[in-house]
Amino acid sequence: MKKYTYTESKDTRSGFGAGLVEAGRRNENVVALCADLVGSLKMGDFIKEFPERFVQVGIAEANMMGIAAGMTIGGKIPFTGTFANFSTGRVYDQIRQSIAYSDKNVKICASHAGLTLGEDGATHQILEDLGMMKMLPGMTVINPCDYNQTKAATIAIADHHGPVYLRFGRPVIPVFTPADQEFVIGKAWMVNEGTDVSIIATGHLVWEAIKAGEKLAEMGISAEIINIHTIKPLDEEAILKSVAKTGCVVSAEEHNRLGGLGDSIAQLLIRNTPVPMEYVAVNDTFGESGTPEQLMKKYGLDDEHIIKAVQTVMARKKTAAQ
Amino acid sequence: MQSEVKETLQLEELEQVARQVRRDIVRMVHGCQSGHPGGSLGCTDFFVALYFKVMNHNPAFNMDGVGEDLFFLSNGHISPVWYSVLARSGYFDVSELKTFRKLDSRLQGHPTTHEELPGVRIASGSLGQGLSVAIGAALTKKLNGDTGLVFTLHGDGELQEGQIWEAALFAPHNKVDNLISTIDVNGQQIDGPTDKVLALGNLRAKWEAFGWDVLEMNGNDLADVIRVLELAKAKTFKGRPIMILMQTNMGHGVDFMMGSHKWHGVAPNDAQLEQALAQLTCNQEDY
Repeated sequence: MKKYTYTESKDTRSGFGAGLVEAGRRNENVVALCADLVGSLKMGDFIKEFPERFVQVGIAEANMMGIAAGMTIGGKIPFTGTFANFSTGRVYDQIRQSIAYSDKNVKICASHAGLTLGEDGATHQILEDLGMMKMLPGMTVINPCDYNQTKAATIAIADHHGPVYLRFGRPVIPVFTPADQEFVIGKAWMVNEGTDVSIIATGHLVWEAIKAGEKLAEMGISAEIINIHTIKPLDEEAILKSVAKTGCVVSAEEHNRLGGLGDSIAQLLIRNTPVPMEYVAVNDTFGESGTPEQLMKKYGLDDEHIIKAVQTVMARKKTAAQ
Repeated sequence: MQSEVKETLQLEELEQVARQVRRDIVRMVHGCQSGHPGGSLGCTDFFVALYFKVMNHNPAFNMDGVGEDLFFLSNGHISPVWYSVLARSGYFDVSELKTFRKLDSRLQGHPTTHEELPGVRIASGSLGQGLSVAIGAALTKKLNGDTGLVFTLHGDGELQEGQIWEAALFAPHNKVDNLISTIDVNGQQIDGPTDKVLALGNLRAKWEAFGWDVLEMNGNDLADVIRVLELAKAKTFKGRPIMILMQTNMGHGVDFMMGSHKWHGVAPNDAQLEQALAQLTCNQEDY
């Protein structure tokens, strides 16, 4: 089992900020738009280096999505920045008609996704965004797991033609993926190989899955941990290959149980290899104010809940085999 | 004197085109028994002026439109007039107009890029989005050092959408002065007169208060449309976006369709089609 350590902790949104300025250096067509959240989205370095390529739209997200769509006409690659809630639910129709249906090369970059936004509470803690974005034909949906992966993803999506939803978050978490990683859209990352259960995690839940894997190893359970950073298009091959080996699955995500990564995996399994599966996700409810740690524990999104789900799914696998 | 004669002849030619476009509109809508004839007929003169006189555009369509003037239709439901004008100005064969709203057509009920119809750069239909898109295209032109202009058209009922006012605030603040927007002020929307449904009040005062350079024109007088659009062009690159309030009659050119919201989204039957075509004689050929 590969051991993951870390020397520093950072927020994924800072990975976005670092990736954005790097993407801007590599391609002069990269432009950025923000709806009055420059500091929260860590767009300061981009604005400092490329002031003429930044558009401040004010608190007007619908207008921002339309402007971004229009800016692609003539070859710009717009990156929009606001909270995940205002990047999706608030502007769903603008994204649907002006970006997705119109096949515009817009990168919708969304911070403060999920419960880990913390104290601001449920108005801002969107847990439905992956589902909404996933349902749009042609939309690529990415939810990286740490600073380095978010930075690499931000750079990678500038080179991908087509609309992308890039989701990241507010809290400071361990940086455990390599700084020099190659980010391939749609390609799963094998975190740890195992034989008893497949834990398929995205976003902030990947670190929780790694912690759970270490504890499970001490309990004699060999967990295969796969990071799906690209929820759409899904790396079906990697998932099916793992499941063929382990025979059961736990999905883990900071999202509503309905419509997220787990549902994508379940749909894949139903069509191919139906095996016992458990979800680690928010159980169709809104969040509340609290610290990120408190909320992840209360709503069942920490390593302990992953371990419980593994135990449940392995018991189901055993029953099914009898 | 010479040039005045030429101008007169050109106007006469354009009026022939406008009559042909109106014939296309009623025939297209009749052909699929759906679609929106009222606003299409009302805006015909505007479209003919834009595509046959005012805009610098290339029917060998390219999405990026570098060096060209661009047009965005925000009230996408008046697609029949746009499709007819695009076909008749050379973007695609006029015979394709007969596929309007039918299965496997590029001429969808509302315009889209999805079927790759030449001339269309954004999907529209869900109202209120086109002004933002046009502003984005105008910003890119500026970044690229492209002196082409961006034109838009909106319905007056569409101004009830909040996104319009987000865009209205943005454009003057950011000196988007390569943009010429037009509102079709026909005073009608699906549920009745705009004054009854949700009154728009003093539109000139509203747009001026937001910082736009406001012009007005009679949208059913081709000469006036050309004059005001040219005046608008002369006002570009002077620090302010331009808004034209265009008075039109919904259904203009067909007497029984004129001035009533009832023909917003209703197709004529066979007898009504004949009655309409009899009023729209011209020297060109139907598709």
